[in-house]
Amino acid sequence: MNRSVLRVLRRDCLVALATLLVLFLSALPAAAKKLNIVTSTTDMASLAQEVGGDNVAVDSIARGYQDPHFVEAKPSFLLKLKQADLLVVVGLQLEIGWLPPLITQSGNPRIQTGATGYLDASQFADILDVPTGPVTRAMGDVHPLGNPHYWLDPNNGRRIAKGIANKLAEMDPPNAATYQQRFQDFDKRLTAAQQKWDTEMKPFRGRKVVTYHNSLPNFAHHFGLNVIGYVEPRPGIPPTPSHTIELMAQMKRENCKIIMVEPYFDRKTPDSIARETGGTVVEYLPSVGGEKEVTDYFKLFDYDIGLLTKAFQANP
Amino acid sequence: MKHVIGVTSLVFAIVVSSWAQQPAAPAGADNSALEQHIRDLEDRIIALEGQVRLLKAQGSAPAATPSPSAEAVAASAPANPSPSTAEPSSAPVAPASEPTQAAMVTTPGGVIGGAGASAAKVLNPDISVIGDFIGIAGHNSVQTSPSLQMHESEIGLQAIIDPYARGDFFISFGEEGVNLEEGYITFTSLPAGFVARAGKMRAAFGKVNTMHNHVLPFVDRPLATNNLVAGEDGIDDAGFSVEHIIPAPKGIFLDLTGQVFRGDSGEGDENVFHASQKSDVSTVAHLRAYKDLTESTNLDIGFSYARGHNDAGPNFVTNLYGVDATLRWKPLRRSIYHSFVSRSELFWSQRQQLPSEQRAFGFYSSGEYQLARRWFTGGRFDWSDRARNASLTDKGGSIILTYWPSEFSQIRAQYRFTNYANDIKANELLFQILFSLGAHGAHPF
Repeated sequence: MNRSVLRVLRRDCLVALATLLVLFLSALPAAAKKLNIVTSTTDMASLAQEVGGDNVAVDSIARGYQDPHFVEAKPSFLLKLKQADLLVVVGLQLEIGWLPPLITQSGNPRIQTGATGYLDASQFADILDVPTGPVTRAMGDVHPLGNPHYWLDPNNGRRIAKGIANKLAEMDPPNAATYQQRFQDFDKRLTAAQQKWDTEMKPFRGRKVVTYHNSLPNFAHHFGLNVIGYVEPRPGIPPTPSHTIELMAQMKRENCKIIMVEPYFDRKTPDSIARETGGTVVEYLPSVGGEKEVTDYFKLFDYDIGLLTKAFQANP
Repeated sequence: MKHVIGVTSLVFAIVVSSWAQQPAAPAGADNSALEQHIRDLEDRIIALEGQVRLLKAQGSAPAATPSPSAEAVAASAPANPSPSTAEPSSAPVAPASEPTQAAMVTTPGGVIGGAGASAAKVLNPDISVIGDFIGIAGHNSVQTSPSLQMHESEIGLQAIIDPYARGDFFISFGEEGVNLEEGYITFTSLPAGFVARAGKMRAAFGKVNTMHNHVLPFVDRPLATNNLVAGEDGIDDAGFSVEHIIPAPKGIFLDLTGQVFRGDSGEGDENVFHASQKSDVSTVAHLRAYKDLTESTNLDIGFSYARGHNDAGPNFVTNLYGVDATLRWKPLRRSIYHSFVSRSELFWSQRQQLPSEQRAFGFYSSGEYQLARRWFTGGRFDWSDRARNASLTDKGGSIILTYWPSEFSQIRAQYRFTNYANDIKANELLFQILFSLGAHGAHPF
């Protein structure tokens, strides 16, 4: 090996080292003062924002009008996850189809499953529909750990907010008092709002409704609604004619007039059920951001309860 | 189970003890204070239920029996010490796709888990099995296939290894013979955002090469990869891989992967790389650029390069170049009903051999449109020279219809027309059933 080759090699090494250095430096967090929180859904983002305030920057992966079971694992989400200090997930296998590979590829040790920056919000919430018997996929796309649509109960919202506040206090001790203070404040506002919602919904306690997917057990539980059936024959299986006929007969028999549908489902079957049974389709929002004006957790309930009370009044 | 009973009795004990501690709420007490107290109790129970759920999800037995004190529980419920503060060896590991926080659940007695008898089950990886049944009708004198075959039974075993890595195994059983399709460790907690892999893996050369059979939108693989990129298994070899996301402006995702392999890929005529000595390693580099054009549309472009020794002799080298482009459309509000994916990949192969180097080119273009929640239709155009004799060119086209009874099975029909070199024609009808058992895998992107 002659000298010039060595020189070239040395130059190459220097270039490679410099490149690595640049990569390392660019990968270092830009001394961010704010805690970067990434959440899987907008509801968790809203709750995190409530307790985090100005000390945090919150971003959600899924949009509010999107089916949270079927989010695409887009690489652009990796850019968000790469910077995250805290990842808040809904859990109970809601995100199982898309989040695990994103977490692995993010190259961010802080948010790996089980690390300090990974927070499964389901641990704080009251979970319904936990299967007791054997679980098989003959039941459709069941969630063996319980129903993951738990955030639509204001009491769970409070519990999740408290869990996030505790987490933030632990991760950012200098501002711990602020987070607790913000939670107290949120708690107060939520309690006041809850009284209003409870009063508005009180006349309709015990009313029967049909939902498209089984995404409202906690909402129904809190406001005393009686969910008698689902447009889907089994979770995740699209409506079939025979099931639809059965459901319509049941609705007529039990005098149920309200069909609640998420904005991301096709309206064809619910609309024809409504026509057939003389009922009303309520396109409620399962998540914050489902409509432009629904910007936070409070407005989500305002919106849904407004729609529901109107529909109940129109269908006495 | 013993543990669940333990925690349940703990819940009971707390309720009783806090009742006893505060016989507060005497007759004259404020009603709202009482309500608040009940609510607090309810919250505590729910917090405990959450922990029971996490434990049940792991089916674990406790190493520690917590003392039933309300204080301790209140302290432990929200506290989530980092797993790095716990002994890695004693921290249980949650299965990859179960977003539980095994390593984070603590009790006053310490970290739950450890070496209990039924804890062994907790550490079992997520297991999935995917069946790929194929039927082929029609005549093809170039590429003969059986009429009916259980083409592949792929077993996936996936788990988090420790706080620093996860492991993935994909073992595929043909009707005869077993093949380790992939088996690698991924280091997820490296500094500066690097992600490294070691083991046997499908190389990051283009798109189709990285995909398992069951995530392809076709029954078969394109002519171009069959002719130029080592056939069905593709460049699939033992080695190392390092990946890093490069900062880029304007929301562009830029990702660079570098890989070094032993240098053996493909069998028989499909062989691309062959290592006749230890130093004959092959290298693969891939640069991926991705951008969200709108909320529902995105563009994904990749450049790939691979180099290795071939089986023409010890000093003969094959260079492969690839360009891939994917355009996806999926409106978020109707994401489960409609989508469109269009993809093209171009390959250039320079194969040194006697008497002269062969420079071959091949490509495919495919499109898939989702008509309804369960129906997909698509097509593919194929054009490819042959790597060992670039003057021979094969062409073909396919139309495909896929039905998804549920997320866990697919039924697919494909009509394929091929015009092989020397004007040999083949018309075939391919039929495929894919079905998956066990752990819910991630949806491909």
